[in-house]
Amino acid sequence: MTGNSCLQWVNQEKYSLICGEISTHMSNTTVIRVENLSKKYIIGHLRAEGYQTLRDSMAGALKNAGRRLLHPFRASAGQPLLGMPGTEEFWALKDVSFEVEKGDRIGIIGRNGAGKTTLLKLLSRITYPTEGRISIKGRVASLLEVGTGFHPELTGRENIFLNGAVLGMGRGEIKERFDEIVEFAEVQKFIDTPVKRYSSGMYVRLAFSVAAHLEPEILLVDEVLAVGDAQFQRKCVDKMGDAGENGKTVLFVSHNMAAVKNLCNKVILLDGGVVVESGDPSTICDKYIFPEDVAATGTHSFRGGEDHTVKFIRAETLNEKGEVTSAFRADEDIRFRITYSVEKDIRGSSLAINICNFDGTNLWATSDIDVFSTLFEQREKGSWIYECVAPGNVLRPGRYLVALGAGDVTGQYFHHPDPFPIEILEQGFWKGSHKNFGISGGPLAVPMRPEKPRRADDSENN
Amino acid sequence: MYVVSYWIIANSHALATHLVFDFDYALCQSLTLDEAVVGKRNPEPGKMNEQFDIIIEPDKGMTQYWKDLWRYRGLFYFLAWRDILVRYKQTVIGIAWSVVRPLLTMIVFTVIFGKLAKFPSEGVPYPILVFAAMLPWQMFSNALSESSDSLIANANMLTKVYFPRLVMPTSAVVVSLVDFLISFSILCVLMVWFKFLPGIRILTLPFFLLLALMTALGCGFWLSALNVRYRDFRYIVPFIVQFGLYISPVGFSSTIVPGKWRFIYSVNPMVGVIDGFRWAILGGESRLYVPGFLLSIAVSLAIFWSGLLYFRKMETTFADVV
Repeated sequence: MTGNSCLQWVNQEKYSLICGEISTHMSNTTVIRVENLSKKYIIGHLRAEGYQTLRDSMAGALKNAGRRLLHPFRASAGQPLLGMPGTEEFWALKDVSFEVEKGDRIGIIGRNGAGKTTLLKLLSRITYPTEGRISIKGRVASLLEVGTGFHPELTGRENIFLNGAVLGMGRGEIKERFDEIVEFAEVQKFIDTPVKRYSSGMYVRLAFSVAAHLEPEILLVDEVLAVGDAQFQRKCVDKMGDAGENGKTVLFVSHNMAAVKNLCNKVILLDGGVVVESGDPSTICDKYIFPEDVAATGTHSFRGGEDHTVKFIRAETLNEKGEVTSAFRADEDIRFRITYSVEKDIRGSSLAINICNFDGTNLWATSDIDVFSTLFEQREKGSWIYECVAPGNVLRPGRYLVALGAGDVTGQYFHHPDPFPIEILEQGFWKGSHKNFGISGGPLAVPMRPEKPRRADDSENN
Repeated sequence: MYVVSYWIIANSHALATHLVFDFDYALCQSLTLDEAVVGKRNPEPGKMNEQFDIIIEPDKGMTQYWKDLWRYRGLFYFLAWRDILVRYKQTVIGIAWSVVRPLLTMIVFTVIFGKLAKFPSEGVPYPILVFAAMLPWQMFSNALSESSDSLIANANMLTKVYFPRLVMPTSAVVVSLVDFLISFSILCVLMVWFKFLPGIRILTLPFFLLLALMTALGCGFWLSALNVRYRDFRYIVPFIVQFGLYISPVGFSSTIVPGKWRFIYSVNPMVGVIDGFRWAILGGESRLYVPGFLLSIAVSLAIFWSGLLYFRKMETTFADVV
């Protein structure tokens, strides 16, 4: 086994084969073993909350009892005595098996609702599997959210201790690393200020900083890098990279393919609760970002998941002829048609289209409130279609990702985690007199205006 | 009243078990590490030596729960500390509330039961009789409200981090100890005021305090776990607290209860606790009705133990339901 392929897919049939091959090496390096893991949720259609009231349960019981009295011979074996009407089973994870070796840095990717977070929650013992088994060796720390347990009334100092304890650090450990944490978060001046007075950036930095100084053997991280400014994000990625280098095992859920490629030596791709593929990060990431079917159609429907002020339903890209496609000539206008819904009238929201390169760097963005400022004042409830045209002759030929985003009045900005791809073809590009401008690279095809060079020595003499 | 509330609790427990899959009592069933590792599928002999620290399986709950509970004592401490800090931050008169409330209640009870109804006072000043009972009662009611609400109030933590969930209702109870200490110092002032000297029996007070804590925790386990699934219990708790004040011997001495009813009366575990407090603090003439006291202890032990089991049983589903 090379260090690079230590994650083993253990399909039941292959199980013994694989074990036979690597058992000598693995007996002391496997730190996580997941076998046939499944998790079922019962979703109620009637209410959004998970909890019930006693009244509902009792009403359900009466109904059931009545039904039994009326139809004593009707088979109702599977029906529990106290079932909630209108419930449905939902398998968030189904028969997932894999092994992780010490020092592995595993990226877990997949669309919303693929079961990534459920997997992390199971691994971190927050929730329990319906079937299967997880075996873990070593101290686990999970980071599903930054700043869990933070209390707004408490000062930064107090919250560091509290949050540290929540994450499983001992008091001595926190004391030992206290200065480092404060320095990393860059909040020295405000350490004795209640965190409710912090800016959101400071808050997130402090929260992440506590988490970054955890020293577990196994670190489980959910999409927490989506917060904070770019510079701080980089710092965090570096910190996590260090953790990997020091022989720590990291499992990392992310939509940021650049970070995944950067950090991980293995990737697990989940879809619909099932492992679709696993292995080399760049191959799988690229495949995930640019699946062939989406590339061909240019239509992208968003599955559920956490949404912000606006809920995205569908995005289409259209060419100049009005055809739905994802491939465009370089000189062609790209028309985005975005269907979204708004749950209730909201103020202060914005909706943005971001065109990014494959590393996730945002190249080109437009917000609808740039032009229609009334939308910032009031966005009415309902379903809306929003169209926006990106002019041609801007992007160089190549593949790009379009990420939708929404902002709200608190200044929080939310990227929809499902970006979709577009491709700019090498057609209509080599036109005109600027045929060489692409040689040196760069994402833009917008020509600059070169002026004829003039001799420098003349002007220097004056 | 406890009969009533216990009936509700016991029955809803039965209701609840039907809704949840049949989780075994993880408490009794945690496997030893070796047993767990050498599971059914272990084709390779070499793998027998693997030592995993944590085995997670659907019906086993967690292995090493109690060890974890000990490891998370830091969290227990910090949660209690947070609750205390938060409680007294941004309140104008802060601690004064903890003084004014019992004091006013004591005055009202003294006037109504002592002056108007002229109940006997076991040979001590009536205010002291009342206050000796108010100490455990206030602690009990505070502890009950805090702990039964603790899981809901910290729902965010339940869904985002792992820790033995028992930490939550238990640490919530600690806050009420602070109030207890404040009330206790008021009692001391009262004793000086009335020139009342407690006897040597006051040294047994920690035992009765422990009994009160155990009763509160037991109810807290039940109610906090039920609260996660059925939000109805949010409304039941204030009711228990309000109702309990009248059916527990807080404003009056339990000696006024007719002899033949005294034993039945002690089914309410707070009767034993309050009698114990009076016995310890008032000294002299105060007698402990032993059969009733033992019954109260038995009931509170039963509540505590069953609460613990129920809590442990429901614990694995908290994050999915809350």
